[in-house]
Amino acid sequence: MTDYSSVIPAKARIQGDRAPAAAPCSSQGQALDPRFRGGDDVKERHTKPVYDEQALPATRVRGYWQSVFYRLQHDPVTLFFAAIVVLIVLAAVCAPLIAPFDPYKESIVGRLKPFGWRGHPLGTDELGRDMLSRLIYGGRVSLLMGVVPVLVASLIGGMLGVVGGFLGGRANTAIMRTMDVFYAFPSVLLAVAIAGAMGGGMTNGMLALTLVFVPPMCRVAETATTQIRALGFIEAARASGARTTTIIRYHVLGNVLGPVFIYASSLVSVSILLASGLSFLGLGVRPPVPDWGLMLSTLRQSIYVVPFVCALPGFAIFITSICCNLVSDGLRAAMDVRM
Amino acid sequence: MIRYVLRRILYAIPIAFGVSVVCFSLVYIAPGDPLQTVMPPDATAETIAIVKHAYGFDKPLPVQFLIWLGRVVTGDFGMSIATRRPVFLEVSEALANTALLAMFAVPLAFFTGYVMGAVAGSFAGRWVDRVVTGAAVVGVSLPNYWLGIVLVIVFAVEYMLLPATGMGPNGSTAFNLLQWSNVQFLILPVVTLAMIPIGILARTTRAAVAEVRNQDFVQTLRAKGLSEWAVTRHVLKNAMPQVLAVMGLQFGYLLGGSILVETVFTWPGSGFLLSKAIINRDVPVLQGTILALSLVFVATNFVVDLLQSPIDPRIRRA
Repeated sequence: MTDYSSVIPAKARIQGDRAPAAAPCSSQGQALDPRFRGGDDVKERHTKPVYDEQALPATRVRGYWQSVFYRLQHDPVTLFFAAIVVLIVLAAVCAPLIAPFDPYKESIVGRLKPFGWRGHPLGTDELGRDMLSRLIYGGRVSLLMGVVPVLVASLIGGMLGVVGGFLGGRANTAIMRTMDVFYAFPSVLLAVAIAGAMGGGMTNGMLALTLVFVPPMCRVAETATTQIRALGFIEAARASGARTTTIIRYHVLGNVLGPVFIYASSLVSVSILLASGLSFLGLGVRPPVPDWGLMLSTLRQSIYVVPFVCALPGFAIFITSICCNLVSDGLRAAMDVRM
Repeated sequence: MIRYVLRRILYAIPIAFGVSVVCFSLVYIAPGDPLQTVMPPDATAETIAIVKHAYGFDKPLPVQFLIWLGRVVTGDFGMSIATRRPVFLEVSEALANTALLAMFAVPLAFFTGYVMGAVAGSFAGRWVDRVVTGAAVVGVSLPNYWLGIVLVIVFAVEYMLLPATGMGPNGSTAFNLLQWSNVQFLILPVVTLAMIPIGILARTTRAAVAEVRNQDFVQTLRAKGLSEWAVTRHVLKNAMPQVLAVMGLQFGYLLGGSILVETVFTWPGSGFLLSKAIINRDVPVLQGTILALSLVFVATNFVVDLLQSPIDPRIRRA
């Protein structure tokens, strides 16, 4: 019995091909790319004795995505933090439904009050606005500024990287050397410089962050594409008459999306930190719009009055960022992507 | 080796050139006319034309760029709009203050991060590894501007052990490293600044060490009868190139990324200067600071590349 699962590209295996036997075979053929191994989950292999499995009738080998989900299901830490991320996103989306107060309603008597003051569970800010409501609403801007730049940058950077990596030669050199110039700026500095020069505001902030994330995204996509391009199945596809667009669409993209997706997921946390940093410097949204970075910056003057209330927006940024990081780590492990 | 150094220099020049192009264009991505901030709002079209001519804004962009580059190379960064002082002076003073922070933050971050990562990587999967990995994720996810505020709340507001902001008593900026009254101002910014690099470095080192330990040659070393300590030395040496590359990047981030931390602690460094320049819409200062910081970053990466070659001779041939 020979196992062909290691030879068939992951993309083809997702459809679910019937291999002659299950786990022991796939462990014989160790492909260079770990993602070409389907369904050979180490944990599962060790739970059953080998002879028992050989006696089993032919079973369906788990496809790549199925094994990813299998691993995710057995990773309670990632699931837990993913649940928190979902909760934060839901809270931001449904803000008008769950916020106990109007986030813009000011009160002269109720300024800078501690936790639990007159039904304000998290106190009030320097204009007497309810902190809990502002934190819930603030998630909208902060999450939007954290996610949109990463999405746009993955599209642009990923496309540039795939095209450059696939074409190679001068076109690739031109693209990558241009990216190198932007690499020469520390990311915070570049974001601040662009947003600062353009005069701040939410759109400019997102634009600046997008520009910051395009070069690393492009590099990840380029590296993955260059590696894939050298593999045999690309040549096989070309030999069998596939057009370049077909090869890129089916064979390259299918294999580059993994690393790009994982890298993008790891950027979300960075982006949230940077976006809030821009708002903190006054380069994000303008007051009175609630935003975690901006709230932190305006409440900074009041740390002598209600220190813990002032630290809350930063705590929200921290929790969101760490949960995104841990989910990204979990996804990376489940998808077995190495960069 | 000399050929390698020359090649790296040749490689750094176009990057430095590209960086200056980006810095130059910062003025032009600003909305409106670059002269808007210096001109009175009721200036006539004629006056505007005269001023434009005087500043060279009526020339084509490439010519303007070359004139600007010529001035920058000779150290003339123009005048600050806010203070009317030469930008070069402002930036160099601020850079010195940032360097003072970096001087302490860099060793702290590199040493702590490296040791944490090396220990975790050597005991991958054990409880030490879990603790370090968890701590590193916290370090990476911490908004350092928030950490700064929290540290101020704890150490300056609640316990009153350390000063909250500034660089010296009564707002003085003359710094003396031998006096506690000065040094105490350093502690909180340095710790805050070091936190993210510690996390990043610990993660990188852990990954590199754990990966190298899985390679076949480690097994061979053990089979040869080397002590565990000697094996670890080999592993650490082989993990070094990756770690060094990240250290170079982090050094640059410590200089450039200090903008938020310096703003929190009102430390009069380059980052604070930058945030002041943004508030005042002081484009020459913005441009000068960013150019200076990114050139430092380019230079750091160049030095790191040179350091890589004795550690990993293969890259000389690449």
